[in-house]
Amino acid sequence: MSLLSKAKEAIICLKAGRVTLGYPAEARPAPTNFRGRPIFDPTKCIGCAGCANNCPAGEILIFDVCQEIRVLHYLGRRCTYCGRCADVCPEKAITMSQDFETATDQIGDLQQHLELFMSTCQRCGRCFKEPSPLEQLKLKGYRADDLENQRVILRSEAYLGNEPVVDDINIELD
Amino acid sequence: MFKSLCEKMFGRSLWVYHANSGGCNGCDIEVLNVLTPYYDVERFGIKLVGSPRHADVMLCQGPALRATAQALRRAYEAMPAPKLVFAIGSCACGGGIWHDTYAVLGPVEMVLPVNFYIPGCPPRPEAIIYGVAVALGLIDKKVAPVRFEQLKLPIPRYHPADLRGTDEMVVYEKAEKL
Repeated sequence: MSLLSKAKEAIICLKAGRVTLGYPAEARPAPTNFRGRPIFDPTKCIGCAGCANNCPAGEILIFDVCQEIRVLHYLGRRCTYCGRCADVCPEKAITMSQDFETATDQIGDLQQHLELFMSTCQRCGRCFKEPSPLEQLKLKGYRADDLENQRVILRSEAYLGNEPVVDDINIELD
Repeated sequence: MFKSLCEKMFGRSLWVYHANSGGCNGCDIEVLNVLTPYYDVERFGIKLVGSPRHADVMLCQGPALRATAQALRRAYEAMPAPKLVFAIGSCACGGGIWHDTYAVLGPVEMVLPVNFYIPGCPPRPEAIIYGVAVALGLIDKKVAPVRFEQLKLPIPRYHPADLRGTDEMVVYEKAEKL
């Protein structure tokens, strides 16, 4: 009797086949809505520090090291992957990636360190980022120290015209 | 001969002890999930044991709390000498979301030396298996610190080499001289 039940059990097990994942050998992608490691895009980041203010774990640090450079430092060690930084980012510079294979033996491997170039207000001397792309282009034309991005804007009809450049912003001209 | 055979057979089989020092039980569930036949981690020789005296590896979940730090330290000292510590989850890696409350001392590396970090809140079972495979030397780790500089100033006004401090707080040394 017991032998028969064992044989039945063996047949059931043989029918089921192999259920174990071959994970480290075979890839196993995360589901679509999975929030993995946040990736900071330095070309889109404007240094507004909204992510640092909204991070519940308080691990995105923002500090100005000199007049032109603001440092965004993401530690990554106590991140709960809540995605609030990606939600609050006005420029969508933070994306929650699908990357979960972040195990490491050095905790410093998780950090991301961005040094952002900021313009200087001629009046107050603090750093800011030019808010609109138009102003960024205007300022880039006059920067003598940045040879790569230097370009001269000869004529910009969008700036001189009366119609607003962006629909929801009315630029008042004198 | 028996000893060398034992070393060959059992050299990479880790017996793990599972210590929760005040986490929310999320990481515990993921660790137990890893031990199920679906993610069968016993094929790497990993076995859950009930006492730190039998264990080679301690899986730490939860931050080091004021109340449990002593017990965690004693459990670590009870383990026999070649021992590894895995910090699983954001709490164990960095103190977690309540890292600055009165009851939390911080990450478990304030109490014990940690060898491997598996971040996540909670980490996926695959992430835990990945960490174990990294520890066993089956796979190489994938993460590396990202450092980006948008602009090199032609006149040196800021040297990244002068950034001092731990990874918790970074201070620029010559900030006053600028």
